[in-house]
Amino acid sequence: MTHLVLVGTSHHHAPVELRERVALDRDEAAALAHRLGEAVCLSTCNRTELYVATDDPDAAEAQAVAALADVEPALYRLRDQAAALHLFRVAAGLDSLVPGEGEILGQVRNAYESGTPGFLLDRVFRQALHAGRKVRAQTAIGESPASVASAAAALAEQVFGELDGCRILLIGTGKVGEGAARNLRTRGAEILLTANTKTDRGELEAELARADVVVSSTSSHELVLDAATVDRVRNGRQVLFIDLAVPRDLDPAIHELEGCYLYDIDDLEAIVSETLAGRRGEAARAEGIVAAEAEKFREWHASLEVVPAITSLRARAEAIREEELRKADTFLDRLDEPERRAVESLTAQIVNKLLHLPTVRMKQAAVSADGVIYAEAVRHLFGLGEDER
Amino acid sequence: MAELLFWPALLLYGEAAVGYFGDARRPGLAGRAATWGVRLGWLVQTALLALQAAREDGFPWGTWAGSLNLFVWLVVAAYLIWGCRGAYRLLGLAVMPLAAALLVVARAGGGTTVGTRSHYSNLFLVLHVGLVLIAFAGFTLASALSALYLWQERRLKRRETTIFRRPAPSLATLDRLAARTVAFSLPPLTLGIGVGVARLVDRGEHVDALVVATLFTWVVWLGYLLARTRGWSGRRASYIALVGFILVILVRLALPATHFA
Repeated sequence: MTHLVLVGTSHHHAPVELRERVALDRDEAAALAHRLGEAVCLSTCNRTELYVATDDPDAAEAQAVAALADVEPALYRLRDQAAALHLFRVAAGLDSLVPGEGEILGQVRNAYESGTPGFLLDRVFRQALHAGRKVRAQTAIGESPASVASAAAALAEQVFGELDGCRILLIGTGKVGEGAARNLRTRGAEILLTANTKTDRGELEAELARADVVVSSTSSHELVLDAATVDRVRNGRQVLFIDLAVPRDLDPAIHELEGCYLYDIDDLEAIVSETLAGRRGEAARAEGIVAAEAEKFREWHASLEVVPAITSLRARAEAIREEELRKADTFLDRLDEPERRAVESLTAQIVNKLLHLPTVRMKQAAVSADGVIYAEAVRHLFGLGEDER
Repeated sequence: MAELLFWPALLLYGEAAVGYFGDARRPGLAGRAATWGVRLGWLVQTALLALQAAREDGFPWGTWAGSLNLFVWLVVAAYLIWGCRGAYRLLGLAVMPLAAALLVVARAGGGTTVGTRSHYSNLFLVLHVGLVLIAFAGFTLASALSALYLWQERRLKRRETTIFRRPAPSLATLDRLAARTVAFSLPPLTLGIGVGVARLVDRGEHVDALVVATLFTWVVWLGYLLARTRGWSGRRASYIALVGFILVILVRLALPATHFA
């Protein structure tokens, strides 16, 4: 029987100093998967995991551990249902640093596409992607922003809707400010100007008059924009101000202007903290969905134990049917074509109906862990495999 | 038979109103149940209206309660256009309690059961009552959108940390949709009023309080559109819409006694 073996490490078990030793780019991950046989290698900044389908799980595990030998003390090893449950949790974002983050689902898909999956890995990865999508569709785990940068972009969407064509004025080149601007750009916004404290005042005000979002993160100790200037320049338009600087760059009185919304770093962090708490609450519901998917996988995987016996039984029955029809050739030759087809169909139906219930019962037994006993009993009763011996 | 249809419609609208309150507190199942309540309730009310229209004495367009019944149906129909989308569910919080309450008032006035044959012609009723009601349903929806705008803007101004917990349309979308709804609703009101005034002049009848209030309502909604062309969008436009809505309710509930008599 084919087993699923997982060997890997993640941010839960290894600090970045260890993880970086086994971090692989897409090509390296694909090459490693090829080397391991039927395998998929998932390597992101938070984890490197090897999923291997094999008939010899001990040997496959040893091979995978050897491939990640640099971090051996921090490796976890899981098999079959436990490995599948882990993968489903990963795909659903439940094992991520930020619960419910959406990027991991694409990374799992990429790993699957560049791996060498056979029928078992194909099944488990498809189900993982399905579980990930289901969790996102049926819970609110991924709906809220999980970082200051994404909170700023989400606030802009609350004000302006679609950000296509939305104009950003970026003041200062702080790391967080650039992150927020990048997040806005990925949603379709465009940067009008990247200014700093030395930028010409006239140019700054001219761009402010056109801007929908102002992101400021300078190291200035004085206000970069005051409320009076904003009110004079913006022509009554709605503007979202994001002040990521400490000390603050933007006059707090800007928030009092009609149509102006000013959020500083504390406001954004409070939002992120709240949404992370909400994500953790949703995670409990998501765990239920993932557990149900893992149970489905267990049932499917267990049914594999009886598949060879079922296949042999059906092959044996079909062989007997064909043999008996061949013996009756003299009689069948006297029938016309429709009558012969009716006899063929009749005998096939008898075989199918006789085997239907044993097939169903064997699959049910496999789910309840008696599959091997049933399969052996069927082999013994019908003498399956004796010809080969 | 009308009784058999009225009560399920009212119950489903009531269920939707309660469901939307539940959804506002904890988004999810309650909101989905509420949306189904609106859909099924509207279908049942459609059957009720069809039944009334099929009777020998015809649909009670000519009574204020009958027209109120039709008004509720139009408001819910207008809401259904957007209300089924997740982000717009909060609109139901404004629309469905109102719809349920007005349906009760319509029944109390006899608008959901037996009517009397109107002495007005069917063409006049369709052009006058029908168009005015369509416009008022549109204004009601625009007002709900404006109320949602003010609520959402208040959350942004208060920097509520829970702002992303409950999905709501953006301010720009709400503002644009409200304006568009008013722009679509004003022409039917203009035409409906024109037909009514033409009949008054033709018959030499007097202008009553309802006619004056309706004309004032028309002026306010026209003012809403004109104000927008002068940059009064967003919060200010929303306040005008709410004033317009108060007039719509006044015209629908407080003044119709003299007009329909």
